Amino acid sequence: MGDTLKIVVLVKHVPDAQFDRHIGPDRTLERSESILSELDEYALEAALQLSEARGGEKAGNQVIAVTMGTPDAANALKKALQIGASSGVHITDGSLAGSDASVTSLVLAAAVRSLGDVDLVLAGMSSTDGETSIVPAQLSERLGVPQLTFASDLEVTGRTALIRRDGDSTSDTVEASLPAVVSVTDQINEPRYPNFKGILAAKKKKIATLGLADLGLEAGQVGAAGSLTRVEQADPRPARSAGTIITDEGDAGVKLVDFLAAQKLI
Amino acid sequence: MTASVLVYLDAVHADGLRKAQRELLAAGRILGPVSAAVTGTPSEAALAQLAESGVETVYTGPADLSGYLVAPTAAWLAAVAGAAAEAGTAPSAVVVDNSAGGKEIAARVGVRLNAGVITDVVALEADGTAHKSVLAGSYEVRAKATSATAVLAIKGNAAEGAPEPVRGAADLRAVDVPADALANAARVTARVERPKTGRPELTEASIVVAGGRGTDGDFGPIEELADVLGAAVGASRAATDAGWIGHDFQVGQTGKTVSPQLYISAGISGAIQQKAGMQTSKVIVAINSDPESPVFEIADFGVVGDLFKVLPQAAEEIKRRRG
Ligand SMILES: Cc1cc2nc3c(=O)[nH]c(=O)nc-3n(C[C@H](O)[C@H](O)[C@H](O)COP(=O)(O)OP(=O)(O)OC[C@H]3O[C@@H](n4cnc5c(N)ncnc54)[C@H](O)[C@@H]3O)c2cc1C
Ligand SMILES: Nc1ncnc2c1ncn2[C@@H]1O[C@H](COP(=O)(O)O)[C@@H](O)[C@H]1O
Repeated sequence: MGDTLKIVVLVKHVPDAQFDRHIGPDRTLERSESILSELDEYALEAALQLSEARGGEKAGNQVIAVTMGTPDAANALKKALQIGASSGVHITDGSLAGSDASVTSLVLAAAVRSLGDVDLVLAGMSSTDGETSIVPAQLSERLGVPQLTFASDLEVTGRTALIRRDGDSTSDTVEASLPAVVSVTDQINEPRYPNFKGILAAKKKKIATLGLADLGLEAGQVGAAGSLTRVEQADPRPARSAGTIITDEGDAGVKLVDFLAAQKLI
Repeated sequence: MTASVLVYLDAVHADGLRKAQRELLAAGRILGPVSAAVTGTPSEAALAQLAESGVETVYTGPADLSGYLVAPTAAWLAAVAGAAAEAGTAPSAVVVDNSAGGKEIAARVGVRLNAGVITDVVALEADGTAHKSVLAGSYEVRAKATSATAVLAIKGNAAEGAPEPVRGAADLRAVDVPADALANAARVTARVERPKTGRPELTEASIVVAGGRGTDGDFGPIEELADVLGAAVGASRAATDAGWIGHDFQVGQTGKTVSPQLYISAGISGAIQQKAGMQTSKVIVAINSDPESPVFEIADFGVVGDLFKVLPQAAEEIKRRRG
């Protein structure tokens, strides 16, 4: 196709949902046992497919994985490099702790700008810890480029990107010109695993570490200080108390109805 | 300067406000007197309805923005907030629905107004404190915007309550779409309506009957019980991935989040991603042939058994009792 793409993939380092996750006394999430957010693997896969269809890195395409997070978040980038990203950018700074979506999008926008002529920013549909699904929309607003979000299908032809967005009552085809911010759902593809070759190749790939000053931001604009929302209290939801479990002996349907009637649900 | 709450209602039809729109207005009224932002040109009947719902000022945006993805609508809504501020009624909050598009409108309005955004709100207090659950429903959080204006995306069933009707008609004001709003907007080039099922909306239903891989592709018993109960039908990702039922019926992390009065899970193992979408349901009933299935850990009533036997029997029994 001739046209090469410079793609940024936003990946977040999040606590593994397979373990119990906890909010600490400072009302922020405990970040041990963290991994590359499962839903961001779909964005990375979409980026790699777009790059490969244009001849890959050899032909001049770039897939740059970007994360904002703790020093440990570099592990999410390493995983992205093993899966196939060409390089990584790690934004980390003590003053970023406690950033809300508005700050996250401010910092990520500055990072994307610092990378020069980016054609596409790809994100997951939601972070598996924050679960707000608003960072991509805010990023699009801040960068002043089109928003193509919740893509279950993505095609890029020349300078035009086209997605399928499945809403509640309609399925829409949505189109915009590049550069654009795109978020993808888990319907879009089947993410690949890192293979041995990828793991070896990743050792030679570069991760750039950026602090606030590198992005032209100040401490007061970010972290808890710069955030526009505050968590006042966080309580674990009481565990559901163990219910009644019966084994069907031919009348479980009737017993089920007895239960519903006793609960006044029918 | 009097504060007011700006509620985004999208289009209001002549035949009346939808339940979801009444709930949004009720949520707004918890925080203060409400005005509404309505797309298109509302009819006389719609305006009367809005006045009855306590709306003091109706802001209209005559331009049709439905051919664009969220950005121009957000730009317009932020302009409405600006117009309200100029009129001496700066909004203390902008309230939108918590659909995918609603959250994204909230996101962009937040950037434009430099305002804090809180999504997935399930309850509100008069001082603006918002309640939501996080980490797949495992924590309850109270959060607040620290900015002058809060942008809140509110889930269904978060608020109800009869309004104080406004005397006379609501005040009508047109606000133009900002000139720069369309420049970088993504365009909808094709739209396919999904077939209607005649059953309640998954996220609004008070009862959901959901099926998984255990149905082996036959959703008959799920649908039959749902219809007897007047329930919505849901599914696990295994069922939607297999193409047995549309993806819009998926419950879970990457599907819909539901918290009905009753959730009946049949032939679903109860993986963490499935639980993320349903574990805040009031009562959970599970039918699964495997006693080790994790779904039983969160079930109020569980049946170890074959869904093809248990569900039809339950449906028959309900019909029998109703006579
Ligand atoms: C990124 C990501 C996102 C995901 N998002 C979601 C999501 O939003 N929603 C979701 O549901 N999943 C989601 N998943 C998938 C999830 O991890 C599970 O794979 C899925 O929920 C399993 O579906 P299931 O319970 O129907 O199938 P299975 O786990 O295969 O369970 C089928 C169950 O049916 C029982 N069974 C079989 N026959 C019968 C019978 N005749 N009668 C009664 N019981 C029977 C079996 O004992 C078994 O427990 C996601 C996964 C990933 C990686
Ligand atoms: N700290 C972060 N670093 C990199 N990407 C992020 C970060 N936070 C959010 N994102 C991206 O934005 C998407 C949506 O996140 P959210 O709005 O938090 O649900 C994620 O899937 C990521 O692609």
